[in-house]
Amino acid sequence: MAKATEHTFQEIGELAAGLDALDTAGHDAPKRSAKVLNSLAPLLAVAVLVAVWQSAIAITKVPGWVLPSPAQVWDAIVRQAQSGLLWSSAGNSLRKGVEGFLIALAIGLPLGVALGLNKWLRAILRPLLTGLQQLPSVAWVPAAIIWFGLSDATIFAVVLLGATPSIANGLISGIDQIPPIYLRAGRVLGAKGLVYIKDILLPAAWPGFLSGVEQGWAFAWRSLMAAELIAINPALGPGLGQMLDTARQLGDMAWVLGTILVILAVGVLVERLVFAPLRNRTLRNRGLVR
Amino acid sequence: MSSQANSAVSSAISSSETGGADSPILKIQHLSKKYSAGGPTVIDDLNLSLKPGEFVALVGASGCGKSTLLNILTGLETKSAGTIELGAEAALMFQEHALLPWLTAGKNVELALKLVNYPKGERKARAQQLLELVHLPHAYDQRPHELSGGMRQRVAIARALAQGRKILLMDEPFAALDAITRDLLHEELVQIWEETGLTVLFVTHNVREAVRLAQRVILMSSRPGRIIKEWQIQSDEPRRIESKIVSDLSLEITEELRKEIKRHG
Repeated sequence: MAKATEHTFQEIGELAAGLDALDTAGHDAPKRSAKVLNSLAPLLAVAVLVAVWQSAIAITKVPGWVLPSPAQVWDAIVRQAQSGLLWSSAGNSLRKGVEGFLIALAIGLPLGVALGLNKWLRAILRPLLTGLQQLPSVAWVPAAIIWFGLSDATIFAVVLLGATPSIANGLISGIDQIPPIYLRAGRVLGAKGLVYIKDILLPAAWPGFLSGVEQGWAFAWRSLMAAELIAINPALGPGLGQMLDTARQLGDMAWVLGTILVILAVGVLVERLVFAPLRNRTLRNRGLVR
Repeated sequence: MSSQANSAVSSAISSSETGGADSPILKIQHLSKKYSAGGPTVIDDLNLSLKPGEFVALVGASGCGKSTLLNILTGLETKSAGTIELGAEAALMFQEHALLPWLTAGKNVELALKLVNYPKGERKARAQQLLELVHLPHAYDQRPHELSGGMRQRVAIARALAQGRKILLMDEPFAALDAITRDLLHEELVQIWEETGLTVLFVTHNVREAVRLAQRVILMSSRPGRIIKEWQIQSDEPRRIESKIVSDLSLEITEELRKEIKRHG
């Protein structure tokens, strides 16, 4: 048979290389000023908060037991840090939060996949799931105490009921947002069953699912604090919720505010150290951000 | 469905009956497709067979059921009537770049290898080899969004080849590319086809592209999709989109296509 192309493989390759170089030139690196702004912004926010707080005290002259100064609150935090109670409480709460969150993930993931793929299951169960997501999980605390007593089981039950619906619902929306072409490509390549779920469906759903996972963590952390604050029992060990309650009973407003700030800080740190990098990497890898 | 060669084109071109002496690798008989029982017929009594190693282009205006046909052949959609005999499994390449955006170019190819149970330890080397075949030796670690449209479609070709199928179905794979890039991909595709001996069924609404690439061009009517006429291109000379044989036959096919389109006016 005669040659069907005029050019050799190498000649075509040279043409391709030239064209590719022209077509893909000019990717800008992210601006440095944007990076600096990104890392300084949180510090700036804290500085503004402290300034407003300090001047509010100076202007209104409220007594310290109503609104302690930033310095007094900082002292309270340092005091608890030095006694070690802060670290054991924060560590213990964080561990329970993460454990509860991981269990919620282990339940929410298959649930989300099942409801994402099966119309019937979705029609029956999704309203229930959305209802659960709307319900403040702290409402489960009394019931959980009656069922499980003042135990870790109560804490975990409340955390799971708080986090799982968000995770499952997030995965369902993630699946709904998948451009159909990826699923068709997966099918045409021969992906079936569990391989299809693992190699095609879940990675394709991931950008949408990620916000559900983030929300799941936020709900897990909130539910945990609510549960710790209500279900108080020395057998449960130290926790930030318990610490908050102790500070309230002592009427130590600086300690109360200090504990609130620590709870806030844990939430912010988890977002900045775990979810923000995860989100940025996902967006960058898929070219969803410029 | 056959037609006489009343063509003003050189003797290198003639029309003929479908099928030949070789036993077909793909044989479609009386294929029909309706999406609902009372609904319109998308494909009506379609008969088509491809010989092993043949390059066939299917042209038609919108609504001729070209894409539906490919979806049926790959099992993405079901047929309403007729028989399909596939002598081998088919790979399908889409118009949009259907690379998976969470995987690098190399991993996209490797996934296709994994899904056909290619030995695990050899996947990476094989993927690199396939990328080199489409002139992308340095693209392994690049993400789809970092590649140009033409490069993505070349990765998609490499991924389709990774499946090791004997039949390659292509659904307007170059429609979204600029003319210069398309020209390059035409040449690459013909070279790959020649080297691999693949059977190619290439669907397009670009008549010139069909004549540029194929050994046989099949014209389809729209609503319902039927085969109106086909042309065999017997020339073994290398063709370009600018070649006289391509422009002459394109003109003839376009006239037929226009007649068919006017019918709907």
